[in-house]
Order: sequence, then structure tokens, then C-alpha cells
Amino acid sequence: MARTPTTHDPFNAVAEPKRRQLIQAMGAQELSVNEIVERLGWNQPSVSKHLGVLKQVGLVSERRVGRQRMYRVNAERLKPIFDWVTPFEQFWNERFDRLDKVLEEMKKEQ
Amino acid sequence: MSKHKAIITVEPDKLDLWITREFDAPVELVFKAHVDPDLFAQWIGPHGLVTTLEKFEPVSGGNWSFTQTEKDGSSYGFHGVFHEVSPRRVIQTFEFDGLPESGHVTLETMTLEPLPNNRTKLTAHSVFQSVSDRDGMVQSGMEHGVQEGYERLDEILAKM
Repeated sequence: MARTPTTHDPFNAVAEPKRRQLIQAMGAQELSVNEIVERLGWNQPSVSKHLGVLKQVGLVSERRVGRQRMYRVNAERLKPIFDWVTPFEQFWNERFDRLDKVLEEMKKEQ
Repeated sequence: MSKHKAIITVEPDKLDLWITREFDAPVELVFKAHVDPDLFAQWIGPHGLVTTLEKFEPVSGGNWSFTQTEKDGSSYGFHGVFHEVSPRRVIQTFEFDGLPESGHVTLETMTLEPLPNNRTKLTAHSVFQSVSDRDGMVQSGMEHGVQEGYERLDEILAKM
């Protein structure tokens, strides 16, 4: 399954954990760079760099409002990634939820 | 559903993947749940399948093999070797017996790290022989939970 460079493929773009964090922090809202900086506590150049990559693959869209640029997550573009990883993640979450229950029982027996 | 979530990192064009998860139990218990055969068989899953351990020798150099059987009788076998078993780290090989050819082996390293308040961080690192082995693993054999997975996707997308 060959993949193209970061700037062309949403898979590559979200391979970087910081960019996933950024997407999560943005949620459903339209935000300025400064608002994202506040939410994440990262420095502005770092936020701008990651936003730039997400914008290039279409995961984030940009809109000018006066002198500000506002950013929003394009949920539709995230779908192929979820389609691939979600069942695998589900499998592991179910396994570890069962392990939680076993651990609870073990704690009671101690 | 637990408050803790597994964090999966699968980077494109790489041979490995990472899974991390925190547990509200001390390292000793999480370790025991991995090396006690009765406990291990209870959680390794997947849901609805019965796990039977044929060999389970959780010591450095020991073997392991188990079969998971569905209600309709179809079963899936897995086997490997424990390379290292120590209280904070288990290194083992893993192979699914149901592939058309044998030899697609994964090297798995699990580390347990104590956290404050008797909690534990588990990190599982799997190294595959090829990117296609890895991506195939992520893509297949995971039918269980696909439906729930899509429901969760819908929820996630609805919130965005």
C-alpha cells in the first residue's frame, strides 16, 4: 500500500501525533491561529506549520475574515482514515476493556 | 466502555505500530494478567470467541500457542516464542496460522511503566516484516467490532 508524501495524503498528514492533537483541539469550531495556540499551549509557528500541512491535504479549510484567517476541520476528509484504523482501534479497546475487568477482580482478591 | 482509550499510532510506509493504554491497576497486576494462563484467556478475546491455550510458557525462551473458536466452530490459531519475560517487559514473536503462507512473523515488545496512584502505562510496539504485512494486519482479522466502529465514526463525525 504505497503512500504519497505528507502534503498530498491525509493518511500521512495525521500520522504525526501533534496534528491529530490539533484536529481534536479544533473540534467542530472555526478558530483563528491565536485561539488554537491558546487551546494547545504550543507556540504560534508550530501551530501554523501543522495547520499548513493539514490545509494542503484538505483536512482543514481556511477562510479570511477581515485581517484574520479562520480555520475549520473538514470532517469528510477524515473519513477514509477512520475507515481504516477504527476497526483496529475498536478491537484493541474491547480487549483492554476486558483486561480492566480482570484487573478489577484481581484487586478485589488482594 | 472504559474511560481509558487505546492510542494507536500507525505511520504510513513504516514497518511498525504502537499502542498505548493506561490502567487503574499497579504494574504487578497488569503483568500477572499477561502471564497467568487463566487470567490471560479471559481478556485476550475477541468478544464472542473462546480462547484455548495449547502452550503457554511465559518465561524467556518459552513457547505459546492458542486457538480462538467461534460459535459456528471456525477457529483461528496463533503461535510464537517468548523471547524475554521480565516484570516490566515482555518480548515475543507472533504469527497467525491462518495465512496462505507461513513465516509472516511479528516481533512484539510490551513494556509496563508505573504511574502515580498505583496506575500503569502499557506500551505495545509491533514490528512487521513488511509494510503490507502491517497494513494487512490493521485491515483484516478485525471484523469483530467493525459495526461498532462505524457507529463510533458516526458519533465522532456528528460532533465535528
